[in-house]
Amino acid sequence: MEQEIEQYNFDFHKETAQIVGGNSDTLNIKIGDFAGPLDLLLFLIRQEQANIFDIPIARITEKYLEYIRLMKRLDISVAADFLVMAATLIEIKSKMLLPRDPSITDEEEFEDPRQELVDRLLEYEKFKTAAGMLHERSTIEQAIFTRGPIESDETNAEVDASVFDLLTVFQKIVARHVDEIKMEIHREEISLADMLKALKKRIFETGELSLLAFFEEMHSKRELVTAFIAVLEIVRTESVKLLQSKTFGDIILKKVS
Amino acid sequence: MSEELQDIQKPSRTPAELVALVEALVFVADEPITAKLLAEVLEEERESVQAAIEELAREYESRESGLQIREIAGGWQISTRTEFHEEVRKFLKTRPSAKLSLASLETLAVIAYKQPVTVPEILEIRGVQSATSIKTLLDKRLIVAKGRKEAVGRPMQYGTSKDFLIQFGLKDLSELPSIEDFEDLVS
Repeated sequence: MEQEIEQYNFDFHKETAQIVGGNSDTLNIKIGDFAGPLDLLLFLIRQEQANIFDIPIARITEKYLEYIRLMKRLDISVAADFLVMAATLIEIKSKMLLPRDPSITDEEEFEDPRQELVDRLLEYEKFKTAAGMLHERSTIEQAIFTRGPIESDETNAEVDASVFDLLTVFQKIVARHVDEIKMEIHREEISLADMLKALKKRIFETGELSLLAFFEEMHSKRELVTAFIAVLEIVRTESVKLLQSKTFGDIILKKVS
Repeated sequence: MSEELQDIQKPSRTPAELVALVEALVFVADEPITAKLLAEVLEEERESVQAAIEELAREYESRESGLQIREIAGGWQISTRTEFHEEVRKFLKTRPSAKLSLASLETLAVIAYKQPVTVPEILEIRGVQSATSIKTLLDKRLIVAKGRKEAVGRPMQYGTSKDFLIQFGLKDLSELPSIEDFEDLVS
């Protein structure tokens, strides 16, 4: 129920909540008009012309469940809160069926299983009426108009500044630029060709090379990538092979003799 | 401060002038302006400003003006009268803005009367989850968070805002009818 569209026009006085239909072909159900399970319950009690202080629990429970089933048949997701109320109603209904404790003779000691629900309904109805009052107030307020905003320093972003103001600001910016410490960062770069040359030299001098050790020598991510491409390139073009003694172990780059 | 000095500092205005000045300030104020603020700006006694504004409101009333001066959210505001809303709307080319849903209004009613109130307490009264409504009300700035309750889970508490008073045309929260008054209407 809470997932209903938050804004829709609802006339508190003209429209009354109602369940219409049941025939799935010509179906017209005003679901959104119930703000919650208590709202639905109040509606059913009134529809049945029942006394709120003496709710015919069996009949009301039946009507309530009928409504829930109707909602389900219409593929309307029944909010958990509606199901909680259904469970509460069934619980009260079953308690009503139990024979009274014969040891309790005093009428006042007998606790009506419906009492808690009645209290909740009465409390809820007060707020429902208050909501109607708020609705009325807001409708009246919507018929009242105040004047539009007047331009002031707060609402107007334009600033009154003279040429001299601009000049002062400009001078400050220039002064700040002079003070700025310039720091140049040189990026050491090694080309793929250089990397390939170095790798070849190592391989042909030593005969074999641990790739783990070779990659370890690199200083930056960039160098690492270059080194990796160089290894791929040398495997492709030169007579070298890759040896790995165990899974995830070190790889040896070896010259094929 | 000697009496002599007070006489010099205090701007000597006739009551009519003060009413006119108050009218000018109420007109330019973006929000309902309080008598306190008016008194500060005009350097007048709070009581004389209060009398002036009440006189101003009566003047508008008595000459059946198209405008009204009314007390709202603790301050004073100038606005059009409700009777002319159709013509004003036609001119402004506006339609009444979307109203709050039944669920949101109920949630707002619970918050207005039970504040500061937590989400579980709202659920207890309404019998239904109110998260969507609370979000709508927060987005519309009708309610504000009012700190956490010193209870298990330290739940957030909510209360109504100044915008709530303005949008529902209330001087202050005490102007809301007592919740017990609704009991008589029930049943």
